[in-house]
Amino acid sequence: MGKAKLDLLQGTLDLMVLRTLAVLGPLHGYGIARRIEQVSGNEVLLNQGTIYASLVRLQQRGWITAAWGTSGNNRRAKFYSLTKSGRRQLADDARYWQRLSSVMDRVLAWQAEGGDK
Amino acid sequence: MTDSLRQALNRLRAFFRKEPLDRDLDAEMAAHLELAIDENLRRGIAPEEARRQALVPFGGVEQARERHREARGLPALDTLLQDLRYTFRTLRRDRGFALIAVLILGLGIGANVAVFSVVDTILLRPLPFRDPQQLVRIVEKNPTSGESSKTYTADATEDFQQQNHSFQSVSGYFAFTPPDNFKLIGKDQPTPVTGILAAEGFFQTLGVEPSLGRLFRAEEFVKHAQPVTLLSYPFWMRRLGGDRNIVGKAINLDGAPVTVVGVLPATFDFGSVFSPGAKIDLFVPYCMDDFREDGNDLALVGRLKPGVSLAAAQSEADQLFPQLYFAHHHPDWGKGYTGQLTELKQYVNGKLRRALTVLWCAAGLILLIVCVNLSNLLLARAAARGKEFAMRSALGAGRGRLIRQLLTESLVLSLAGAFLGAGIAFGVTSYLARQGSIALPMLGFVRVDGAALAWTLSIAILAALLFGLAPGLRSSGRNLTEALKDSGPGMSEGRKHDRMRSALVVSEVALACVLLVGAGLLLRSFLRVLDVDLGFEPSRAAAISVDYADGGSPDKRAAIWQEVLRQASGIPGVEAAGISDNLPMSRNRSWGIRAKGGDYDGGKYQGAFVYIVSPGYFKAMGMRLIEGRDFSWKDAPKSEKVIVINETVARKLWQGQDPIGRTAEAGGGKARVIGVIADVHETNAEEGARWQMYFPASQAGPEGAYLVLRSKLPPPALAPSVMRTLRQLNPGQPATEFKPIQTLVDHATSPRRFFMLLVSVFAGLGLLLASLGIYGVISYTVARQRQEIGIRMALGATQGNVLQGVLSRTLRLTLVGIMTGMIGSFAAGRLIASLLFETRPTDPATFAAMAGLLCTVALIAGYFPAHRAARIDPMVALRIE
Repeated sequence: MGKAKLDLLQGTLDLMVLRTLAVLGPLHGYGIARRIEQVSGNEVLLNQGTIYASLVRLQQRGWITAAWGTSGNNRRAKFYSLTKSGRRQLADDARYWQRLSSVMDRVLAWQAEGGDK
Repeated sequence: MTDSLRQALNRLRAFFRKEPLDRDLDAEMAAHLELAIDENLRRGIAPEEARRQALVPFGGVEQARERHREARGLPALDTLLQDLRYTFRTLRRDRGFALIAVLILGLGIGANVAVFSVVDTILLRPLPFRDPQQLVRIVEKNPTSGESSKTYTADATEDFQQQNHSFQSVSGYFAFTPPDNFKLIGKDQPTPVTGILAAEGFFQTLGVEPSLGRLFRAEEFVKHAQPVTLLSYPFWMRRLGGDRNIVGKAINLDGAPVTVVGVLPATFDFGSVFSPGAKIDLFVPYCMDDFREDGNDLALVGRLKPGVSLAAAQSEADQLFPQLYFAHHHPDWGKGYTGQLTELKQYVNGKLRRALTVLWCAAGLILLIVCVNLSNLLLARAAARGKEFAMRSALGAGRGRLIRQLLTESLVLSLAGAFLGAGIAFGVTSYLARQGSIALPMLGFVRVDGAALAWTLSIAILAALLFGLAPGLRSSGRNLTEALKDSGPGMSEGRKHDRMRSALVVSEVALACVLLVGAGLLLRSFLRVLDVDLGFEPSRAAAISVDYADGGSPDKRAAIWQEVLRQASGIPGVEAAGISDNLPMSRNRSWGIRAKGGDYDGGKYQGAFVYIVSPGYFKAMGMRLIEGRDFSWKDAPKSEKVIVINETVARKLWQGQDPIGRTAEAGGGKARVIGVIADVHETNAEEGARWQMYFPASQAGPEGAYLVLRSKLPPPALAPSVMRTLRQLNPGQPATEFKPIQTLVDHATSPRRFFMLLVSVFAGLGLLLASLGIYGVISYTVARQRQEIGIRMALGATQGNVLQGVLSRTLRLTLVGIMTGMIGSFAAGRLIASLLFETRPTDPATFAAMAGLLCTVALIAGYFPAHRAARIDPMVALRIE
């Protein structure tokens, strides 16, 4: 089994999906799931099936759109792409996460030094 | 903001497009797996393994689908629908329970909505006039003798109109209109119609706009003006077929053409506000000049100026009224009125407030009993379903989910009950609205409207919460393993359950007891009212309004009346016949009377009810002559003026003396007292008799004439020959109704009958529900104790012992309920004390009778399960389980 994989925090999957689509352009659900696994270095515990709940949620908010199309190897698949408001949302969320993680970094670093400051 | 709005809309859309979305998702997930398999194959993995390696990272397909649905749709609603589906399934399985529950609830809610509609119409809703809070009814303070002391003369009215500064307008109507005072002459036989004389500005004061044509104009209120009339909406629809071209045309009233100037709106029902139970067909102008020589006859209504308070107007009225002369031409008649201002609505419904409140409380009690009963039923079901719930929670259903399930069930039942109840209420209210003979104001407007429906819905939901929550909390709160182990009988949980059910039954009995005692007191009062010696015998007497033309000549009138009576007496089956221009408990009119040289109340004239009658009237009405003689035709116009007085007048004016032969000053002259007649209840059965006097028609001017016949034949059987006789004498005789005198009494007692009947129906319902509750709980106990009873019988208990045991348990429950109920009943008795008639609110007979009734019914309800218990076969009972 090896080291336990990371549980995804609430809302992080949505951000990962948005980011993936921003970088790679239109992609189907399987592609998105694989990319997230690859980028995370297989550290994230992701049931690929759960990505569809995230996709429909983002779609309903109008941040991504979906359309059936044909994949490289001639398979029919549903392709998702980022909308303008999705791009805006991604920027907002990314900024938020960066701030949060830098704060978390600081807090954790301080604890690691034994709190002598 | 817009994003979340869009999401909400999308969720809603997704909720209704489950299947296509699911199909789409399935296709997408299939594509996903294919893509994954493709990739694995490309990496050189064997097909079987490639498939497995695609499936593993995907996770559960069903979970993915479920999460997709939750993310896109309305999961709460889905759960609700699931609950509903489940509810319908369980209720279908338990059809008997569902049916009884809905029926009981329907009755309870129906009763409440119907009563609410009545209360809403009579008490809560504003009167159907513009700014009704400005409208004020003006009557004398301390009215002593009927309408005459609630009315004003034409001159006094005009003076008040001119002198006051509080009112925008003051107007009124002629208060002494008898029913059928006009005859409408058309192509067919003349028909009687009732027309009210309305003073100038009457409709404007009320704020009534005609639905067709116009109101009366000022020039139509002067002497010898061209006769005009305004039609009431129902009359216009019924008699003139709703002819929209009627305005400007003439109808023939009493032989003269009268121009129709307008039709009043359907919302204006004069009778329902000013004269409950009366139906008014049309209106004609009241010309002040025609009435200057008469007494008080205008009933006044005023509209306050905006911003003027009732108190301010009252204090002005207190200054003005004592200065008003009765008649300008007769300063010798004196001056000095009083004026009591009451908001019109208060005047109309004030006396009914208490009765309606009581009715409302009774309906509320019924609903409470219904809820308790259903709680009990549900509790019994919950007990039976204990294992089912335990199983469900073992399978992962949370406590909240189980409570929600139970609440959904009770909500579904309540809403079904509400639906039924609204139907019942609709039926009852439309029935009531057609009961023109019940003398309750505004009753014709009673209907189930939006407010009533909102009321239905809210009490249904409240009921659901009330009766669903207790069993819900109990059954869901049970310990899982214990519930699964508890195989029912004999376990401690079962006993606790039993106690709760017993408590519910006890409270049901107590509530039913309160209702029964209340109804019993009202019923006893009603019987007392029916028992009142009215001073006449309404049974077997009937009256018909007779049309005649005497040209104002007393001689001619005497001749006509004599002939009518001679012919009427000849009709087979008629025992006695007489004529009066006024019947008891209908119109009331009073004139002054004093003893010549007497000093009662300083020798001032006293108001007394006036009846102008023919010889034989007393006998036909079944009145008792105390002393002296009846009138005879020998009391001719030119002979000595005579009068008959009632006991009250005799007692007051000639205390301790024999009044016969004394001289009274009454009716504008002197008259010799020739007889004393027993007091008659002239207004209604409940108020005592007041001053009454009788003049012979040959010596006084009657207004109309009622032929009263006493006969063993029922009035409908007699009616054709009576009408034939009258038509022979006068072809112009309108087709008036030959009405039993009893209808007058019934009309006067109708509000009491109405309330008594409704409360009794509620009490009956309460009794039925309580007995159902008792039956339910005793049956349940017996079923639970089968084994125990079996053992006891195996050990030698006889059937009689078992029967007795169950019955005594029933009786114990009932007695505790009755005891509790009696305390409530004392309080309820005090609440309705003012509605009782010659019955004390603590009437021991009523209390004892109702307690006895409850015990009897309870024992009957308990007998069936007791009987079942006594027939338990010990061998069978012990073998079970």
